[in-house]
Amino acid sequence: MNQGDPIPELKVTPDKYLPHRYAGASGDFNPIHIDNDFAQQVGLPRNILHGLYSMAQVARANAAAAGGDPRSLRRLEVQFRGMGVPESEITVTGTVREEADGIVVVDAEAEQDGKKIIRNAEAELRPS
Amino acid sequence: MAVDDGAKGKSYPPFEYEVGKEKIAEYANAVGEDNHVYFDRQAARDAGFRDVPAPPMFAVVYSAGAMAPAITDPEVGIDLMSMVHGGQEFVWGEPVCAGDVITTTAEVDDISEKGGMGFYVFSSVSTNQDGAEVVRGTWTNIVRGVS
Repeated sequence: MNQGDPIPELKVTPDKYLPHRYAGASGDFNPIHIDNDFAQQVGLPRNILHGLYSMAQVARANAAAAGGDPRSLRRLEVQFRGMGVPESEITVTGTVREEADGIVVVDAEAEQDGKKIIRNAEAELRPS
Repeated sequence: MAVDDGAKGKSYPPFEYEVGKEKIAEYANAVGEDNHVYFDRQAARDAGFRDVPAPPMFAVVYSAGAMAPAITDPEVGIDLMSMVHGGQEFVWGEPVCAGDVITTTAEVDDISEKGGMGFYVFSSVSTNQDGAEVVRGTWTNIVRGVS
């Protein structure tokens, strides 16, 4: 992984029931994620994805770029922006910013429907 | 400023979480992780893990019980209905595997206000049963309309 190299794009389309499965897996049952009516009552377009689910996709893309070993992901920092929704494709992209002493720093982001849902993500990888 | 930063520096009791193999599989399935090491003990051992490892972002699962009391603490004063998760950072150490007992402590790092928004920053440190650090988290929550 050399400076300026893109990491392989990760594309994923969370299905309609993904927020429910993620709620069960993570323990975060906030109704804005799993109750469409509630979400609309509080002014959202519909039930929205958990931000930490979207962050997990950025983590996946970076670990995969480093060879797929979970131990290769040393650090990940993200900013959540906008809202991710189910039933629409998410694309994670990234570019190697620098490589020094076996540690690769990647700038990454996630977008959906032309809008960034995660921006200014920074990953530190130790490729295996 | 309109936000009260009196809880800055406050820490919360440790929260203990025992990591289960099937919970790792459930989480891995939910986020789309398909590496065999998350599901198959032999594959995990062949890859040099003590047991089935948790995906890095499983940190949210074992940390949640430590974070909730901090984020909902009346002394911190977050209006949960107006709160959004603004940012997140994890720094990973020793891998977490099935059977591990993870202890997480949370602390209020900073409370500040900027442009009518309150910024509440929490930190967490998680260690395993051997005292090795497994993850360090920084959780930034933003509350709109605080002034």
